[in-house]
Amino acid sequence: MTRSRDIRWLPGFSWVTLFFFVFLYAPLIILVVFSFNASRSATVWAGFSFEWYTKAFANDDIQRAATNSVIIAIFATIAATTIATMAALTLSRNKRVKGKPVFGGVLIFPLMIPEIVTAVATLTFFAAIGLSLGLGNIIIAHTVFCIPFAYLPIRARLDGMDESLEAAAQDLYASKFTTLRLITLPLLMPGIVSGAMLAFIISLDDFIITLMVAEAGSTTLPIYIYSLVRIGITPEVNAVSTVLLGFSVIVVTLSYVIGKKNKT
Amino acid sequence: MSSIAEKLRVYTGLMPAVFVIGVFMIVPIMIIFVYSFLVAGDFGGVKPKFSTDAYVQLLFQKNLFDVSEFNPAYLIIAFRSLWIAVVTVLGCLLLGFPVAYYIASQPEDRRNLFLLLITIPFWTNLLVRTYCWILVLRDTGLINGALINMGLIDEPLTLLYTEGAVALGLIYTYVPFMVLPIYAALERLDVRLIEASRDLYANRWVTLRHVVVPLAMPGMIAGSILVFIPALGAFIAPDLLGGGKNLMLGSLVQLQFSSARNWPFGAALSMVIMAVVLLCLYAYARNVRKNGGGVQH
Repeated sequence: MTRSRDIRWLPGFSWVTLFFFVFLYAPLIILVVFSFNASRSATVWAGFSFEWYTKAFANDDIQRAATNSVIIAIFATIAATTIATMAALTLSRNKRVKGKPVFGGVLIFPLMIPEIVTAVATLTFFAAIGLSLGLGNIIIAHTVFCIPFAYLPIRARLDGMDESLEAAAQDLYASKFTTLRLITLPLLMPGIVSGAMLAFIISLDDFIITLMVAEAGSTTLPIYIYSLVRIGITPEVNAVSTVLLGFSVIVVTLSYVIGKKNKT
Repeated sequence: MSSIAEKLRVYTGLMPAVFVIGVFMIVPIMIIFVYSFLVAGDFGGVKPKFSTDAYVQLLFQKNLFDVSEFNPAYLIIAFRSLWIAVVTVLGCLLLGFPVAYYIASQPEDRRNLFLLLITIPFWTNLLVRTYCWILVLRDTGLINGALINMGLIDEPLTLLYTEGAVALGLIYTYVPFMVLPIYAALERLDVRLIEASRDLYANRWVTLRHVVVPLAMPGMIAGSILVFIPALGAFIAPDLLGGGKNLMLGSLVQLQFSSARNWPFGAALSMVIMAVVLLCLYAYARNVRKNGGGVQH
């Protein structure tokens, strides 16, 4: 070590951190590596192969599950992001709203309830009112728990934004709506995109709530992977899982970059 | 002119959020609260008849002669869940604290990179992440394969389908929830406090114990709650890594609404989980209020 030791330095802490990151990433890397393994074995490397990917992509069930997942995620993201943006704008910019902490609490309420409880409560509710819309049921359930994930980055962006630009627009006789359209929303856009991406991933990856709420024929990709894992480990599972994993990593990194680039 | 119409206009932006979360989240939770006091229907669902059987069933079972006997089966599952959740919290603390401390003492751009690296796995599929551990832990998995190849063991060790595997999976899943709040507390830590402590002849470990840890305490408490809540109701890790034998509360609830078809009992179990969670959040809120949002000196 060339640089002088920081006063905060403690022996072993850097090793624990190294171990931590290996612990965090090793299982994911193992999955990715074995998804390209030519043999069915998960311990012996038998050469590089795309076999399991071609098999997985040719599988009708996987295609159907993936399509369902994407449809649900798109609708849930649009709904959750719209709702979250409206709520964030009202809570951050409208000074006449009373009880803001209560509304803020309602918006992040879905985060405070254990997922399994949300899952059975939603199932019970749909059964009680006899709602049976196929994918529609899942879209509603996903919208609910995506709201806080969209809301938090949007609200953070709004709170960090300079309000004087909006005040200036209003001084120049822009109507409230024009100010919103020409000033607030363009400035808020990185927050909205970031929130929407997180909502999309959360919806795409959700398992337990979907498992309880899904009716026959509304299988999503995580549910399909689960059913395969229950039967036994096959290399196709590794391939599909890797695709899902890669997709999440790309979207999260993009969301981070967009959020960071425009930070003022 | 503060008419009702005017008031409504102010709150318009909040209406969709309140409606969606109210109708599809808060009302359903109230419904399962009601269901927990009803009688199970023959093919799932409930019969509209008041009963506390679902809660009694947590502790007692009717025998052949219709007499209630104490039945610890569910209590054992509840304590196992509690125990595994506590082990998970302790594991996350032990691993998370040094990591948070180390990251907080790095230069800013490196800190941001570390934080991104910690958050990325959090956003990837929980099912996939847990599944990865099957590849590592199973009898023909990597650890056993490596140990056998090195000649250290002849027979594979039973790693998968144990309580240890469940705890490991849960620590793996939730440790970012521990690192981030501790990091947030330590990031604000004034280095001069450490310098003062060292100037007064406290060594590194005494300083850690008496200066850093107390200042990190709010973060450690917040992190513990953030880990404990989802670990208690976890479903995926116990299901995939515990393999049915090591049933936890989450799986038990799921079972009642699927194959066991005892909705009131499942609802009662959900209420028990909710009660524990609310108790934790209440204790935390009180603690924050008492300390004015952080430790004060």
